Amino acid sequence: MQTDPNPNKSKDSPTNSDSTESTQSPSPFPDDVLGQVLSFLNSDKDRSSVSLVCKDWYNAERWTRTKLFIGNCYSVSPQIVATRFPKITSVTLKGKPRFSDFNLVPQNWGADVHYWLVMFAKVYPFLEELRLKRMKVSDESLELLATAFPGFRALSLMSCDGFSTDGLKAIATHCRNLTELDIQDTDMSDIDDFNGGWLSCFPENFGSLEVLNFASLDSEVNFDALERLVSRCKSLRVLKVNKSIMLDQLQRLLLQAPQLMELGTGSFQQELLPGQFGDLESAFSNCKNLQTLSGLWEVTSIYLPVLYAACASLTFLNLSYAALRSVEFGSLLAHCPNLRRLWVLDTVEDKGLEAVGSSCPLLEELRVFPADPYDQHLHSGVTESGFVAVSRGCSKLHYVLYFCRQMTNAAVATIVQYCPNFTHFRLCIMNPGRPDYLTNEPMDEAFGAVVKTCSKLQRLSVSGLLTDLTFEYIGKYAKNLETLSVAFAGSSDWGMQCVLEGCPKLRKLEIRDCPFGNAALLSGLEKYETMRSLWMSSCNVTITACQQLAREMPRLNVEGQDGMPHLLFSLFDRQDLLLPSLMLWSGTRAVKMAGEKQSELDHSFLLNENMRND
Amino acid sequence: MAMSSEESCSYPDESKLELGLGLSLGGGSGAKLKFKPSPTAVAAAGPWGQYARILTAKDFRSVVSTKECLSSSSSSSSSSVTKANNNPFCGVKRTAEPSSPPGRSGASQVVGWPPIRTYRIQSLVNHAKSPMTEEITSVVDKCKSKNTIVDKTNCGSTLNRNVAKEKGLVKTSLFVKVNMDGIPIGRKIDLSAHSCYATLSQTLDDMFKLSAVVGARRSNAEEQVVKTRPSTLLNGSSEFVLTYEDKEGDWMLVGDVPWEMFLSSVKRLRIMRTAEANGLAPRSNETNRTQSMAQI
Repeated sequence: MQTDPNPNKSKDSPTNSDSTESTQSPSPFPDDVLGQVLSFLNSDKDRSSVSLVCKDWYNAERWTRTKLFIGNCYSVSPQIVATRFPKITSVTLKGKPRFSDFNLVPQNWGADVHYWLVMFAKVYPFLEELRLKRMKVSDESLELLATAFPGFRALSLMSCDGFSTDGLKAIATHCRNLTELDIQDTDMSDIDDFNGGWLSCFPENFGSLEVLNFASLDSEVNFDALERLVSRCKSLRVLKVNKSIMLDQLQRLLLQAPQLMELGTGSFQQELLPGQFGDLESAFSNCKNLQTLSGLWEVTSIYLPVLYAACASLTFLNLSYAALRSVEFGSLLAHCPNLRRLWVLDTVEDKGLEAVGSSCPLLEELRVFPADPYDQHLHSGVTESGFVAVSRGCSKLHYVLYFCRQMTNAAVATIVQYCPNFTHFRLCIMNPGRPDYLTNEPMDEAFGAVVKTCSKLQRLSVSGLLTDLTFEYIGKYAKNLETLSVAFAGSSDWGMQCVLEGCPKLRKLEIRDCPFGNAALLSGLEKYETMRSLWMSSCNVTITACQQLAREMPRLNVEGQDGMPHLLFSLFDRQDLLLPSLMLWSGTRAVKMAGEKQSELDHSFLLNENMRND
Repeated sequence: MAMSSEESCSYPDESKLELGLGLSLGGGSGAKLKFKPSPTAVAAAGPWGQYARILTAKDFRSVVSTKECLSSSSSSSSSSVTKANNNPFCGVKRTAEPSSPPGRSGASQVVGWPPIRTYRIQSLVNHAKSPMTEEITSVVDKCKSKNTIVDKTNCGSTLNRNVAKEKGLVKTSLFVKVNMDGIPIGRKIDLSAHSCYATLSQTLDDMFKLSAVVGARRSNAEEQVVKTRPSTLLNGSSEFVLTYEDKEGDWMLVGDVPWEMFLSSVKRLRIMRTAEANGLAPRSNETNRTQSMAQI
């Protein structure tokens, strides 16, 4: 019996470990010592390794795993999960592919959490935490969640839909031990709750909330109830309100909760009397622990100074909903010397980014969003020089998301020279297929420079006019690349083949509107087994190739989407028809339909991954 | 109606599984699960192979959106399947249609580009467009040619909308809430999908089922004004009037100001009982109110 606490030491092939044995017969309890040691393991990656060592380790691991992470809700059935892991108290589930954020996935595609909850209610009545991303969550599901799990503490819904404030009412009413209610980026069903009464459903003696985020909800809330709730919850450290909360109300909330570490303001547009301005300023100055600041909708520059006193300890400033200009932005930045993460709108322009370069030496992450993404005729926003300015001043920069309308190869080469440690490089030149605007050449050399210089690169999004050369570079140099997003790029199948044959750590590949076809698709058969997913949309892939793919790779889910009803009938005749969308992922077998029927079968547990990586 | 062939497959039992426990995909760690399907399973595969399914247009909000769809109420309302079935090619639920990239004709539009979350786009369009002080002077000049009154906080958004219309670009969305007296549940409507009060009123009629349809379907004949015009909300003949709350927080009757000005100042809509709007006590209209409630 091994009692070696280092689980990574041996990885024998598991000839004796038998998943069937563990599912068919009552499992022996693990060795006490082994069990205790393994309870310290938190990383899913480590746990997966541990479970491969031998049967005893497999059992010890499964009995001590408390956190479940499933990166694709269709990759494994709830029954398999329930059978293998009896002690789960925390679940993270991700559903729809990322392209659903951009309306490229059908509305009722699936990813309904309900059948998972039904299983959890039976097998994990002691469930405490549920974190969902891009899943469909109905009010019925929320009601089940609220009533079936007496110890339930933390609910996080990111980019989920399908629920209304009725579901939230259930959560507020029944979850006596709730510490976290975190709702992000929600596009709620448009049936609104006029009364905004869900917040009032927290009982009067309820005070355990530590996290309350309803910033993305539309409904107005009962402010008195909110104020009382905030005053009762002495441990509240995260409060993010929605746009219905006005400045004078915000001031009252801050008075109740000066201990806040993360604050999302409501609307910042209100006619304030001079006295109110002073009150607000002093309320903010009392918030000594503020690390994150967001919200700031409709902010008017004259009110920004109320924030200054609270910015000394800020590490994350999210101004992506505040259309600031460079001057007031620069003034605000001067008060934020400790910024690590900054999200802004491109209304600050290059001048604002220069201020970033000079005021934020500790900056690690920058995201610049376009204030007006569809307006091609007004030349506003940021350019390559803003990006260069930031990179010059912020040597610790490793995460960038940058929307712009023009870029040059030389600028990108300069940027990665200043900042060679990029792990996430997402550059979106908003006009598809735009070349280097100075030289008129493709942007191949830009991304070549990125992959050659940034050896730690995990995530890359490319844009602009790109030939197959870009993908040759990526395949050859991007040794740590896990996620690649491609749009309107490439010249031939060769490009995609380079990526599939290179990039040893590739996990997620998203491609839209590229001239990659069947040869490219089929060249990746071996590769797909090691990847989480492939998404191709509006490429040159036909149904024939997909059929072949499905035949040769039975472990892969192959899913095609057809946008036109008349095509459905000719699909099986016209094998040469181009498929609008293809989604492919490895793991278990075929996927449910509208009845959410799950085929029980094998399993796959995916590597642990930070939800924030998207 | 999607086709799936997996129902007809027989599943190999687990004893046929070769084992790779705690499978981790990618990252090069651990053994991989090798799954050998039984011959019958493969043979039972349908034309798509075992593991494929086809989604139809009913599932899919289409790639191509049309102007007709933009003005229909379904663009601003629910994600229910029935709506999808009625308008398979309708524009996506969260409109904010992207304009075509250069080089493409205006007819084809690119969904999902640039890649910005729909939630963010909606928030941006509706709220984050207050121009700052430096911008005021240039914006004011442009606005003067469009509006008689310059509203500082809204000029930017008005300007962009006007420019967009001028250049023939697709409108961005402007969702506002609509509440009707007596109904606790509100709805949302995309004002930018309308270009005049008539279509707005018509849409609201449909949404809240306010007027009797010409050639009424309803068995209980109401004493309703038969529609000779598209809507009764604006002509004073209905039980209700349409009002809106402007940026200053005042409630105004819809229809008095030019459409563009209305768009730039409206925060939300309310379908108010005429009696209340006129300051009369609601009691005198009790009977009528019950009748009109009954039809909703």
